[in-house]
Amino acid sequence: MLIFEHAHPGRRAHAQAPFGAPAADDLPVEALRRTPPPLPETSELDVVRHYTRLSQKNFSIDTQFYPLGSCTMKYNPRACNSLAMLPQFLSRHPLADADTGQGFLASMHELQEMLKEVTGMAAVSMAPMAGAHGEFAGVAMIRAYHDARGDTARREIIVPDAAHGTNPATASMCGYTVREIPTDRQGNVDLEALKAAVGPQTAGLMLTNPSTLGVFEQTIVAIQKIVHEAGGLSYYDGANLNAILGRVRPGDMGFDVIHMNLHKTFSTPHGGGGPGAGPVGVSERLRPFLPIPFVVEERGFFRWAEEADCPQSIGRMSAFGGNMGVLLRAWVYARMLGGQGMQRVAEFAALNANYLAAELNKAGFVLAYPERRASHEFIVTLKKLKDETGVSAMDFAKRLLDYGFHAPTTYFPMLVPECLLIEPTETESKETLDAFVAAMVAVKREAEGQPELVKSAPHKLPARRLDDVKAARELDLVWKP
Amino acid sequence: MPFIPHTESDIAAMLASIGAPSTDALFDEIPAELNCGGLPGIPEGLSEMAVTRLMHGRAARDGFYTSFLGAGAYEHHIPAAVWQIVTRGEFYSAYTPYQAEASQGTLQLLYEYQTMMAGLTGLDVSNASLYDGASALAEAVLMAVRANKANIRRVLVPATVHPRYLAVTRTTVKNQGIELVTVPYDKATGATDLAALEALVGDPAAGLVIPQPNFFGVLEPVDALTDWAHAHNMLAIAVVNPLALALLKPPGSPSQPSPASGGGQGWGEKGADICVGDGQPLGVPLSSGGPYFGFMTARQALVRQMPGRIVGRTVDLDGQPGFALTLQAREQHIRRSKATSNICTNQGLLVTAATIHMALMGPEGLKNVALASHANTRELVAKLSAVPGVERVFPGPFFHEAVIRVNIPVPDVLRALRAQGILGGYELGRDYPELADCILVCATETRTDDDLAQYAQQLERILSRRREAPPCAYKS
Repeated sequence: MLIFEHAHPGRRAHAQAPFGAPAADDLPVEALRRTPPPLPETSELDVVRHYTRLSQKNFSIDTQFYPLGSCTMKYNPRACNSLAMLPQFLSRHPLADADTGQGFLASMHELQEMLKEVTGMAAVSMAPMAGAHGEFAGVAMIRAYHDARGDTARREIIVPDAAHGTNPATASMCGYTVREIPTDRQGNVDLEALKAAVGPQTAGLMLTNPSTLGVFEQTIVAIQKIVHEAGGLSYYDGANLNAILGRVRPGDMGFDVIHMNLHKTFSTPHGGGGPGAGPVGVSERLRPFLPIPFVVEERGFFRWAEEADCPQSIGRMSAFGGNMGVLLRAWVYARMLGGQGMQRVAEFAALNANYLAAELNKAGFVLAYPERRASHEFIVTLKKLKDETGVSAMDFAKRLLDYGFHAPTTYFPMLVPECLLIEPTETESKETLDAFVAAMVAVKREAEGQPELVKSAPHKLPARRLDDVKAARELDLVWKP
Repeated sequence: MPFIPHTESDIAAMLASIGAPSTDALFDEIPAELNCGGLPGIPEGLSEMAVTRLMHGRAARDGFYTSFLGAGAYEHHIPAAVWQIVTRGEFYSAYTPYQAEASQGTLQLLYEYQTMMAGLTGLDVSNASLYDGASALAEAVLMAVRANKANIRRVLVPATVHPRYLAVTRTTVKNQGIELVTVPYDKATGATDLAALEALVGDPAAGLVIPQPNFFGVLEPVDALTDWAHAHNMLAIAVVNPLALALLKPPGSPSQPSPASGGGQGWGEKGADICVGDGQPLGVPLSSGGPYFGFMTARQALVRQMPGRIVGRTVDLDGQPGFALTLQAREQHIRRSKATSNICTNQGLLVTAATIHMALMGPEGLKNVALASHANTRELVAKLSAVPGVERVFPGPFFHEAVIRVNIPVPDVLRALRAQGILGGYELGRDYPELADCILVCATETRTDDDLAQYAQQLERILSRRREAPPCAYKS
């Protein structure tokens, strides 16, 4: 039932609306609304019960294991939320002067400095509000750099075929054309193809490392050389930073510009699709182009940098500087972990991923890159199972939901057929991983014995498999009574 | 290692299964020279208690102010139920609802949100959010250009649009060869200058942006602007405060008017084509600037040009109604470089808050908040205008913000007010040099009569003392 179907004319949450507001008799009648907005008329209890019940129809980290590759669904510590929601922080107006928010700004500055240290970059701006937003900032800086040098013939961004969809979409938004290069049989960027692709038209390369195939680009140093010698810049997509936190820094790998997903690596909540935060870090030569604002410190006083501070900046990315509440949560997380804690993140993310890969392999699952070390994630391919039983990776994923596990990422990266991209994260225990292996084995057996059971899964969730075709063909995006 | 559950025996068993001698060995494919050997520059980890102490200290240092600042972010009462439900783990720690069957809670909520926003704005369809109001405007400009069959890459933007929205739009569209032409405002009214708009007729544009209320709080002649845009083959792009729409006429006239869509009395003859704005006034705390969320609604005909996620209602295998993300072929994970936008993660949790907030407020509650904010600002303007040395700048109707002029430098006034615990408003000279002696003030329903009186009293004291004292008296 929709909230609108719980409504009754004249019912309301009496405690909420202010009483006795005078009519707006000074406003011209033609500017006013003639009929009330079609919002539901309900009591407070109606609303609380409805949305609490809706919440119970969700999987979440707090209730289920999410081995969702490339998404880093680790535990979101509760203290990060409660401390970011202290009333002074919640009530602070974004345009209030810096002298009214030195406590808040000090935390922002510390986070900015910690992110520099973690990534090995010369400067950081936390203005972007999600990973893709950070990508936009990064590629816009690459473009601004070339443009400032009058090097305007560089029109191409090189992207490996395994890249996240946001990479090519971002390059397009920055006015670049995309050149895709293949991956070799070991899961590394095909160096020969890269050499053939670069030239005077190359603005830059976008790379995720470890890649979305769950392996470290072993030739990263050679890749950097090829791109830089061609006059291009290299972009680090920080989606998989969790795998190397405190071990390898993008700056030390030679990247010119990077973004981080704080809603992955720094454990801020995914919130059912955001908010995220996608800070960017740059090498010295890109510093002048950083998006505003970022925090500057002047003799112990903190303030946001503005247009006048950085005339070459690519500009503003949001009205008020970014997803501050997300950044506060990341600060709390970073302070609780400390430097050693961050190193252990990568260590245990790798331990969990390699253990899960080993156990699944022993249980008869086919790894896409069995000869490689898993980073923090790895790929299982179900092609053989699909050929033999007709059960697809999608079916398999849906059946896992019945066992109380969120599905791994399916059909990404696209170059591995019938793939499951599995990322356990460091916060899961051995028992959880073992239970997941048992569920995988059980579903595999079902696929071999009762394929229809798997193909029609899920069976135990609030909804059975949904008709996506109908959803797209007979668009119903807004309820009508 | 605060959140890692492994015991020593777990580690030993897991390494044995992998066949690795140590966890270090798991990194043996990484060239050794790249190992940074730790993060000595990061402070040592703290217990939750220690971080709590530190953070409480910083929060206390920042304190509370009585705020008359608006300028795009507004203090409103938020029912306690909103964030208690939002921070339930099932919403807070859920992933993007790609696995529809495991995400029916979030998906149904988003469908309800889309319905509420479409109804509030009078348009047919809504997406599931963008980053903020400013980035939503940028996406609307890109959308208008995409929808333009003649490939006209120019959009008209009044100077009365929030200056930060314009800045963000510029950042977003400049690399795609899109020109933003500024339309000046009438210095007497503070609204978009229709005569100046007429002068731009020679250069075709894909869209006209129409703010309501505008950055000065002034009500724009939205009917005339919308009709003008349509008469010149432009899309009318509304930028609105969603709270104001509980009181003010919705921008859109739905293709099929119904009671649920607000009756179909939108701007001008045909209504606006796209509507965007910031959802912060709908249950989202100020939080120093974010996270907020951007919303976007549009005519049905433009739905395939929309950026971002969209939820549709469909049926499951048993024919039962259910919800799923739809029209994903517009999006980056399918269409890659040909996507309508690169947006992926958006502001789902804030939309969760706004949906619960709107459901709690209902049509009457939301309208009462709008009315109370309007009445408070009216009262504030009356009180401040009565102070010697203060005058109201634009005489026409406003929603819940207005511009006043003071006869001593604005930064001095605001600093002196701040010393009394009052945030006196926004210094307009930061964006409009010709309004250097002006302050944009706002009094939402959260301000009491006493707050308003305090502001007027303090302002009177500051201005009168300044007239009598030497000019350095208020330098801190």
